[in-house]
Amino acid sequence: MNSAEKKLGSVANYVDERTGAAKWLKKNLTKVFPDHWSFMLGEIALYSFIILLLTGVFLTFWFDPSQREVFYHGNYAPLSEIKMSAAYASTLNISFDIRGGLLMRQIHHWAALLFMAAIVVHLMRVFFTGAFRKPREFNWIIGVGLLTLGIVEGFLGYSLPDDLLSGTGIRIAEAIIQAMPIVGSYLAFFAFGGPFPGEVFIPRIFTVHVLLLPGIFLALITAHLMLVWYQKHTQYPGPGRTEKNVVGYPFMPVYMAKAGGFFFIVFGITAFISAVASINPIWLYGPYTPGQISAGSQPDWYMGWLDGLVRMSPNWESHLFGHTISWNILIPGLIIPGILFTSMALYPFIESWVTGDKREHHLLDRPRNAPNRTALGVTALTFTIVTLLNGGNDLIATHFSLSINQITWMTRIGVLVLPPLAFIITKRLCLSLQRADRELVLHGKETGRLLLLPHGEFVEVHQPLTDAEAFALTQHEQLQPLELEKVDSHGVRRPGGIANKLRARISRATTEQITRPSPEDIKEIEHH
Amino acid sequence: MSDQIERLQDPGLPEHVHRKADTDPAAADKAERQIAILFGLSALGTILFIYAYIKVPGDAFVFIPALGTTNTQQLLLGIGLTVSTLFIGLGAVHWAKTLMPDNEVIQDRHEFRSEDADRADFVKTVKEQAAAANLGRRSMIKRSLGLSLGLLGLVPLVALRDLGPLPKKSLEETSWMKGTRLVTDPGDRPIRPSDLEVGAVAQVLPALLPGEERTLSNIAKDAVLLIRVRPEEFQLSPERLSWTYQGIIAFSKICTHMGCAVALYEQQTKHLLCPCHQSTFDVPRAAKVIFGPAARPLPQLAITVDAEGYLVAQKPFTEAVGPSFWERSS
Repeated sequence: MNSAEKKLGSVANYVDERTGAAKWLKKNLTKVFPDHWSFMLGEIALYSFIILLLTGVFLTFWFDPSQREVFYHGNYAPLSEIKMSAAYASTLNISFDIRGGLLMRQIHHWAALLFMAAIVVHLMRVFFTGAFRKPREFNWIIGVGLLTLGIVEGFLGYSLPDDLLSGTGIRIAEAIIQAMPIVGSYLAFFAFGGPFPGEVFIPRIFTVHVLLLPGIFLALITAHLMLVWYQKHTQYPGPGRTEKNVVGYPFMPVYMAKAGGFFFIVFGITAFISAVASINPIWLYGPYTPGQISAGSQPDWYMGWLDGLVRMSPNWESHLFGHTISWNILIPGLIIPGILFTSMALYPFIESWVTGDKREHHLLDRPRNAPNRTALGVTALTFTIVTLLNGGNDLIATHFSLSINQITWMTRIGVLVLPPLAFIITKRLCLSLQRADRELVLHGKETGRLLLLPHGEFVEVHQPLTDAEAFALTQHEQLQPLELEKVDSHGVRRPGGIANKLRARISRATTEQITRPSPEDIKEIEHH
Repeated sequence: MSDQIERLQDPGLPEHVHRKADTDPAAADKAERQIAILFGLSALGTILFIYAYIKVPGDAFVFIPALGTTNTQQLLLGIGLTVSTLFIGLGAVHWAKTLMPDNEVIQDRHEFRSEDADRADFVKTVKEQAAAANLGRRSMIKRSLGLSLGLLGLVPLVALRDLGPLPKKSLEETSWMKGTRLVTDPGDRPIRPSDLEVGAVAQVLPALLPGEERTLSNIAKDAVLLIRVRPEEFQLSPERLSWTYQGIIAFSKICTHMGCAVALYEQQTKHLLCPCHQSTFDVPRAAKVIFGPAARPLPQLAITVDAEGYLVAQKPFTEAVGPSFWERSS
C-alpha cells in the first residue's frame, strides 16, 4: 500500500464512521454507465448550467438591477453623459471598466445559448431513440419543464441589461400578457407595477432570474440526475446488451475522469468562443426608450421560432360586446406554444396508449425502427425550423435582397404544407432504411469484387455480415397492430368506440414495417 | 403487439482488444508524459490569465486577422481561461482513455416494480394508518381542513395584489390634450409646419407643463410620428383630412400589434414598417394595415397650429393607442 492509498483509506474510514456510507458508496462509485457520444449531449447542458452559475455570480457583484435614471460616466465614450437606467449603466461598467467583466458577460451569454442548444439536441436524442419510454416518463416531463423554464430564464436574462433591443423584447412580452382575455390588463399592470415600462420591472425579473428560477433549475436538475442514476442509463442495442443488463464502464475512475474532464472542455470551448466572438454588444443598441427601436430586432435563437410564429400570424382580431380578443397574439404567442409543449410533455403516455406497450424499456430504438415516432419528430422539427426561418425574415430579406412579404407568405404556406410532407418523406425513408438493413443481413455487404464464372456470367461477391453485425440489425422488436375488438369477452360493446377506432388506426400506422429477417430466412439464402 | 419472429442468436460481447499502453510499459510511460504535458499547458494558461489581468492595459487594442480589431486584455484573458480549462479537460480525458481500465463491465438491471407481496403490504399499511387517523369517519375534520388549506392558498394571491395598481382607464389615456404642443424628441422644442419638408418624418412628444417630468411610461403611450407628404397624396375621409395640416399627418408611433416603435418609414412608397413583426401601414390611407399581423391602423392624432404658428393637437387621441387589450371597445 503506498501513501496515497493509505490517505484515501483513512478518509474513507473517517467518512464511513460518521455516515455509514461505505456500502452505498461502494455500490455507487462502481456503478456502470454505457458509453456513447450521444450520451454527452445532456452533460453539455449540465456543464453549461454550472458555467452559467459561476459567471452569473460574478456578474451580480457589479450589476445594479434598477431602473433609476443616471447619467453615464464611464470608459465607453460614445454614451458619455447620456441618460439611462442604472441597470444599463452597470452593464456598460461590467463591459468596459471591470477587468474580465466583458469576458464573463460573454461567457454567460454564450453558455446560455449553448445550454438551450444542448437541451434541444439532448431532447431530440431522447425522443428519436425512445429513451422516454417506461420507466423514464417522469424524467421526460422534468426535461420538458427544464426546456420551458430555460426559454423563460434566457429571455429574462437578456432583458436585464435594459438596452434598446431587450426593452423591445419586454414590450412584446407585455403585449402578450395584456392580450389575455379578461385578466390581461390586470396581469400586465401587476407585473409592471403600472403602465409599461414603469420602474419596477428590472428589479423584479432580476430576483426571478438569479434566485427563483435557478433554485427551481437546481431542484429539477438534481431530480433529473438522481433518476438517471437510480434507473440506470439506457443503452444502445448490440451484442451482449439486453433489457436486463447495462454494459459499460464504472463511474470511478473512468467516468469521473471523462465527465470531469468534459466539464473543463465545455468550459474551455465556451471561453474560447467568448474570447473571440462578441455577443449581445449592448453598447451599440443604446439605452431603452419605448419611442425608439433598431431595425433587424431579433430575439435569441431559442425564442426565434415563437417570434417567427407571431410574425407569420394573420391579422385576426375580434371585437365582441365591447371587448377585444387579439387572435393575432393569442394563437401564435400562447395557444400554439401551449399545445406544442403540452403534447410534448404527454408524448410518452400517448405513445404507450397507441402501442398498448406498458413494459419497461432500457434498450434504445434505432430511429428507423420506429418510423412513425421518427416521422413525428421530424414533423415537429420542420415546423420549428420554418417558424424559426420566419423569425429572421427581415434579416433574410436584407441579406439576400428578397421581398420580406414573399418570405412571410412562403413560410405561412410552408408551415402548413411542409410538416405533413416531412412526415410522409421521413416515414418512407425509415422504411427504406429497414429494407436496406434486411438486404444487408440476407445478402451481406457489396464488396465491389466481380467474378467471371466459367460459363461467362459476372457476379459480384457479397461478404456476409459478422454475427455481431447481423445481430445488431435484427435485435429490434417488431410490434403487431393492436387488436381492439368491438365487443369484449362478455359480448358487451366496448365503451369509447371512436377513440378505439382512432387508436387502432394509429396503431396500424405505427406498426407499418419491413419484416425483420429470421434465422430461417438467412439459412434459406445460404442454401442458394 | 407480440413479436413472433424468431431472433438471431446473441453472439455476446465482442472480445476485448488491449490498448498499446495495457501491454507495453513504454507506451504507458509515453501516455503519462502526454497527460502531464496537457496539464502543464493548462498551468501556462492560468499564468497568461493572471498576466493579462495585471499587466495588460484595458485600453489597448490589437488587430487579429479574421477577428478584426479587438481589445487586447479581453482577448488575452479569454485565451488564458480557454487554455487553462481546456487542457485540464483534455488531459483528464486522455488519462481515462489511455491508462484507466477499458474493460467493459456488465451489471444487471432489475425491474422497478416491487414484489407483489411488498405492494400488497404497502397498500395494507397505508390503509391501516389512514384508518388509525380516522380520516374516513371524522368527515368534519377532513372538510374543515380542506376548507382552511384551500383558503390559505388565497394568501399569496392577496399578498401579491399590491404588485401594481388597477389599470382603470389608464390604457386608454395619453398625455395629449386639446392644444398640447408637439415638441421634438429629443430637445423638447415646439415645431412649426415649415420645419418639416415634404418627405420628412419626425418623432414628437407632447410638450411638458412646467414642473412636469417625462417618464418612459409616458413615452410608451405618447410617442407620435409626424410625416409630411404632398396634400394631394392623401386618400382620407373628409374628417380624417381635417385632422392633418398642410400635408402633415400624425400617428401614434406605438404599434397596434405588440407595442414596438413603428420607426421604419419608406419615403417613396409612404409605408410605415414595424421592425418587430413587419406590420406595414400605408400613411396616405390613414395608416391602413397592408401587411403583417397588426389588426388595426395606427391611431391618428388630429393636429393643427396654434396662434403662434406651432403645431398642436386638436384633441386627445380618439381611441386607445398601442396593443389590444380585453377592455378595448373598438
